[in-house]
Amino acid sequence: MTEAGQEPWPEADPESDLAGFRAAADGATARFAAGEAAIIRSLVSQVAELVGGEASLGDPTVPEPPAGADDQADGDDQADGDDQAARDDLAAQLGLTDDSELPADPILARLLPDAYSDDPEASGEFRRYTELSLRSGKVAAAQTVLATLPAHGGRVRLTEPDAQAWLRALNDVRLSLGVILNVTDDFEDQMAELSADDPRAAYVGVYQWLAALQDSLVDALS
Amino acid sequence: MSVAPAEVQRPEADQETERDVVLDSPWVTIVWNDPVNLMSYVTYVFRTVFGYAKPKAEKLMLDVHQKGKAVVSSGAREAMERDAETLHGYGLWATVSHDS
Repeated sequence: MTEAGQEPWPEADPESDLAGFRAAADGATARFAAGEAAIIRSLVSQVAELVGGEASLGDPTVPEPPAGADDQADGDDQADGDDQAARDDLAAQLGLTDDSELPADPILARLLPDAYSDDPEASGEFRRYTELSLRSGKVAAAQTVLATLPAHGGRVRLTEPDAQAWLRALNDVRLSLGVILNVTDDFEDQMAELSADDPRAAYVGVYQWLAALQDSLVDALS
Repeated sequence: MSVAPAEVQRPEADQETERDVVLDSPWVTIVWNDPVNLMSYVTYVFRTVFGYAKPKAEKLMLDVHQKGKAVVSSGAREAMERDAETLHGYGLWATVSHDS
């Protein structure tokens, strides 16, 4: 585990609450600059598409990821033939999936981990019965963020259930960035040595800012 | 690895409770340490999911952080699988086991 730093990111903007969330009646509130809102919406959308498929969000207002962003959403969805669709729909109604193995994508493997560390058969059975609802729960949390965070920023007011969805969605984004950045326990030392032209450098500030934001939301709810 | 905040003191040893729980029930849910999840968030999840009081939630969080893993619940296998699924929903790395 780790602790959030206190440094705000992006650069100080008078429109944003640099302290992040604070407690409010029945929930939490924060103000986001337009650039902050765009980053959160983009990352949350990308993770939701990776977890739930490209059609999972059904939100035409979702902006395109910024140029140069690592688009993990372009997965193997195209490989799924139409002939499987009907069967998949039925399986979906039953809450079953064909996925009984740890997902090959390292981000998905982290977001949808095995439930048995030493029993692949039991892990597969668990996955068949739970993975679909786990995926849809993560997509639903992302949808809550997209529904409550204005695309151009501004004041966000969250009920406690909405705030919990934000916590889960922000955490899934941080876990995903953690895979991309190969975050380990000595992450702080590694990042201190990262050169400015390293492609990961752009993500480090976002990763640390999201940690502080998530930490502030935990505080606001505690 | 980040250092635990100074103001968080480890509570008095609560090992007896933990041992009793494990002996009574053959199935347990284990949460494993990872470098991304925030200590504050993990404590919050333990309080929210299990209804644990803050001292117990913090002790479990510190056990995960310092020992690499901790038993966070015990009971019937089906209940442990539900706990693991819930914890996966929060992004914690949880597994089910019958020999912790």
